[in-house]
Amino acid sequence: MQAFFANPAVSWTLLTTGGILLVVIWVLLSLAFLLLADRKIWAGVQMRKGPNVVGPFGLLQSFADFFKFVLKEIVIPAGADKVVFILAPLISLILAFVGWAVVPFAPGWVVSNLNVGILYLLAMSSLGVYGIIMGGWASNSKYPFLGALRSAAQMVSYEVSIGLIIITVILLAGSMNLSTIVEKQSGWIWNWNVFGGGLNNLVLLPVMVVAMGMFYISALAETNRPPFDLPEAESELVAGYQVEYSSTPYLLFMVAEYSNIVLMCAMISVLFFGGWNPGFPTDFLSSWHPFAANLFLALVFYAKICFWFFMFAMAKAIVPRYRYDQLMRLGWKVFLPTSLVLVAAVAAWRVFGPAA
Amino acid sequence: MGVIVPGNSSPVPALSAGRSTVEGYDPKLHDPFFDGVSQQLADKGFITAAADDLITWARTGSLMWMTFGLACCAVEMMQASMPRYDLERYGFAPRASPRQSDVMIVAGTLTNKMAPALRKVYDQMPEPRYVISMGSCANGGGYYYYSYSVVRGCDRVVPVDIYVPGCPPTAEALVYGVLQLQKKIRRTGTIER
Repeated sequence: MQAFFANPAVSWTLLTTGGILLVVIWVLLSLAFLLLADRKIWAGVQMRKGPNVVGPFGLLQSFADFFKFVLKEIVIPAGADKVVFILAPLISLILAFVGWAVVPFAPGWVVSNLNVGILYLLAMSSLGVYGIIMGGWASNSKYPFLGALRSAAQMVSYEVSIGLIIITVILLAGSMNLSTIVEKQSGWIWNWNVFGGGLNNLVLLPVMVVAMGMFYISALAETNRPPFDLPEAESELVAGYQVEYSSTPYLLFMVAEYSNIVLMCAMISVLFFGGWNPGFPTDFLSSWHPFAANLFLALVFYAKICFWFFMFAMAKAIVPRYRYDQLMRLGWKVFLPTSLVLVAAVAAWRVFGPAA
Repeated sequence: MGVIVPGNSSPVPALSAGRSTVEGYDPKLHDPFFDGVSQQLADKGFITAAADDLITWARTGSLMWMTFGLACCAVEMMQASMPRYDLERYGFAPRASPRQSDVMIVAGTLTNKMAPALRKVYDQMPEPRYVISMGSCANGGGYYYYSYSVVRGCDRVVPVDIYVPGCPPTAEALVYGVLQLQKKIRRTGTIER
């Protein structure tokens, strides 16, 4: 028995599977409460109470929603392509969750410590478009089709600026490994990339603050969140690509959407706000039990994710929706040139600046 | 149904957890949900619940409504989800797509021309689905009973679960209707409808 577990193939499989399960369960549980938080914040901005009857303080609202959707009838429209129709939400959900594989929660607490973690994340979020396009196409209905087209165009446009902004971070950190990027930002708060990543890079502060702001806005557009929720604009397209989806497939789409949002919150925290670093030197943790120290750092990271989710929810609550041409103009005529300038500035500083 | 007598701290009977099921609920005294859970845990060490209790709890707790505002009643319907009454407290959230909604609130005069559209939207909703008929016109034609172009009650087109009287009904009346619908779901709750 001992020898069986000592076998590296077996232990690796067990550890990785355990890690994947932990991350997936953590994300799903967090999503349940973040969904409620989203509704509560939205209600609070409108001076309503929000869900507060189902379970104490409404805490079980998401679980009631979950059970209700699971127990509803699955409608597959007569003209729909059945295989693709069912496949689309599955693909969305899987792609929304595989992205979490490279997110480092604490030193060493990462499912897969890829050296090209950022490339992997970009690839997965780009593939996410497929779920939406397939869903819109397979429904064989006008509104979902229009919603899917809009969504595809929007996600592709904003991925360009997101990619360029990420390049600035890669230039600062000199690595595409997310754990390395976070480790570079350890120590005091001015080591975070949003402040230029270190005191001798403080000149880059305006550049990186602008980059962070643009990343935040692009992330809103990338995840189809209001004010850029044109793919599911209720006043125009009913519910966009998910119009024909009922019951569990719809639930999968919704979970995938929110998982992507939380993943984007994690990305902002990792790339610009120091990931698990609390903003002051963590030397005092060396006297702690390593597990407790890692747990503390993971909680810091989680707090940052929650803060950014709060920002996403506030944007949904207070910002009016963009028109589609305005959205495209913002993406291609404002964000793309600006992010190119930012990349040039950071690259110039890295080559000709004192740090070079 | 457990009934809480104020001042009496006896715990809620088992399986009547979920605060909306308890009449005379006073949040200052105790939360029946927590009480029920802690009592069961102390009693047995684990929690049991009947499947249909859980199912009806989930269904009543997340009734998403299809907006079908046809006339002036729709303004009261909007009012019911505004800050003063806020139906979303019950998880009663609006959804634009009929595929994702459970309740259709027919709010207003149903004309002959609109009737096929109403029926189509009803047909698009997945089971279990419920209909609340709101206001005199939807209940039975109302003021326009003798009109040449009005359906004399939306129950001629779709099966109605709850009738909310009034012309137009107040937002409170609609909230009461929603609570009655929850009660009906709890009473008749089955997996198949």
